[in-house]
Amino acid sequence: MIEMQDVSFGYHVGSELLMGMTLSLQPGMFHFLTGPSGSGKTTLLRLCYADLLPSSGQLKVFDQDVTELGRDEIAMLRRRVGVVHQDTQFLDHLPVAENVALPLSVAGQGVDIDAMRDLLGWVQLAAQARSYPPSLSGGERQRAALARAVILSPDVVLADEPTGNLDWEMSMRLMQLLIELNKSGKTVLVATHDLNLIRATKAQVSARVLRIAGGTLHLAGADL
Amino acid sequence: MKRHDFRALNLRTLWQGLIRGDGGTGDRIVPPTGFTAHLTLFSAAAMAFLAVFALALALATGRLADRWSSELAQSVTVRVSAPDGDQDAYTQAVLQIVQATPGAGTPQKLPNDQVAQLLAPWFGPDMPVDALPVPDLIEVPIISKDFDPEGLRLRLEAEASGAVLDDHTQWRRPLVTAANRLRAFGIISLILIAAASASMITLAAKAALAANGQVIRVLRLIGARDITIATAFVRRFTHRAALGAGAGTLAGMLCVALLPDMQAAGGFLTGLGFQGWGWLMPLLIPVIAAAVGFLATKWAALRMLGSVR
Repeated sequence: MIEMQDVSFGYHVGSELLMGMTLSLQPGMFHFLTGPSGSGKTTLLRLCYADLLPSSGQLKVFDQDVTELGRDEIAMLRRRVGVVHQDTQFLDHLPVAENVALPLSVAGQGVDIDAMRDLLGWVQLAAQARSYPPSLSGGERQRAALARAVILSPDVVLADEPTGNLDWEMSMRLMQLLIELNKSGKTVLVATHDLNLIRATKAQVSARVLRIAGGTLHLAGADL
Repeated sequence: MKRHDFRALNLRTLWQGLIRGDGGTGDRIVPPTGFTAHLTLFSAAAMAFLAVFALALALATGRLADRWSSELAQSVTVRVSAPDGDQDAYTQAVLQIVQATPGAGTPQKLPNDQVAQLLAPWFGPDMPVDALPVPDLIEVPIISKDFDPEGLRLRLEAEASGAVLDDHTQWRRPLVTAANRLRAFGIISLILIAAASASMITLAAKAALAANGQVIRVLRLIGARDITIATAFVRRFTHRAALGAGAGTLAGMLCVALLPDMQAAGGFLTGLGFQGWGWLMPLLIPVIAAAVGFLATKWAALRMLGSVR
């Protein structure tokens, strides 16, 4: 699905943030990406949905080398990768339901009202369908972002610090949704620095834990 | 963005922008209000208002040129000067020559009272024409294309040396030239108005694109192609340009309709306006404004989206 071979990336020439990354996301697996703040977790995720391109190495998403893709092809690729951004990234002038349905609109697909109701019910936001994003709480925004990320039924779901601003109870509610997605066959990659969250999740689902430190990627193993 | 994508921004998109407001989510992805919205509406309305007058000027001067040209070309005048006592004989000789000229209608010597009227602006109404050596004026209607003014002039020179043919060219040419130039100014004004509108809409579209950078980023992150984003902006600006131009056109047409009555005021300015089917021509202005908005926004979006990853 997503394969990195000796990938490096730096925001400035000669200053690599990520070096020699080799990674293969296994289909249907739950993955955690952890590491200290500033270690490059968000950057690695952005590489996964071609928001950034590697400065060296090979990055393949769905067997396509992202450096060889045109703008439209990258857009198509992103429809197969659902992303929950740390800052949620909503259009504040549209109500929640329309924000969630936005990927359908830009893909030229119609909105099935019943399916939308089910989706908002799944993330427990049915009552907020007509609310506007600025009026939502942090947890509600993250759940709405998750609903938007999965509405096109992507093959992979990436979540960047989805619980960063949430309390423990809300964090676990969100993780529960991600676990359900994974159990339905989706490949999930969650970037977080919260080790307790990783432990609590691993108690419910088999997960690989990848750790970035010093610009390189390691398999953290079972010590978590 | 690939250029073939922008071919998808076709007449259908233009038509939708012309007749539709904000449609579904696809169109509402661009925030609905803001400075650029008012700017586009106002500039389109103002330019359309001016375009109505430029169009009226172009049409009126066109009519004026045609009228002057045709009216003055329908007759010639022969001015007959003769020594004292020979005036009538000279005039009769000239009348015979003219009557024998192919293409010339029945010549008519202007009576003294009409001559006095013609001279009144210079000598006053009480001038005794009979007491002055005023030449006789013979008006010759042109009834067919066979009429050869140059041939008549040469014959008059040979057979009636005191007769001078005036085919009104010295009057007609500068008037027609002036009218044609005014018409050209009107057309140039229309072109400049269209260009200025395109510039303003381009600036407004660029400002809107820049102001909505975050919207564009979000759309890209969820898999929107550039064509989808561009279409939303193009439809929005096409619609605004059409709406503003429609209001400006109606206001302009109303002002033209309220101009003073043609017969009451007299002179050139009374001809400024539309006649008959000409009243339909200003209705093209909103359509052209929409097309200008469509093309300007398309160009701006092409450049902006193509320059940002």
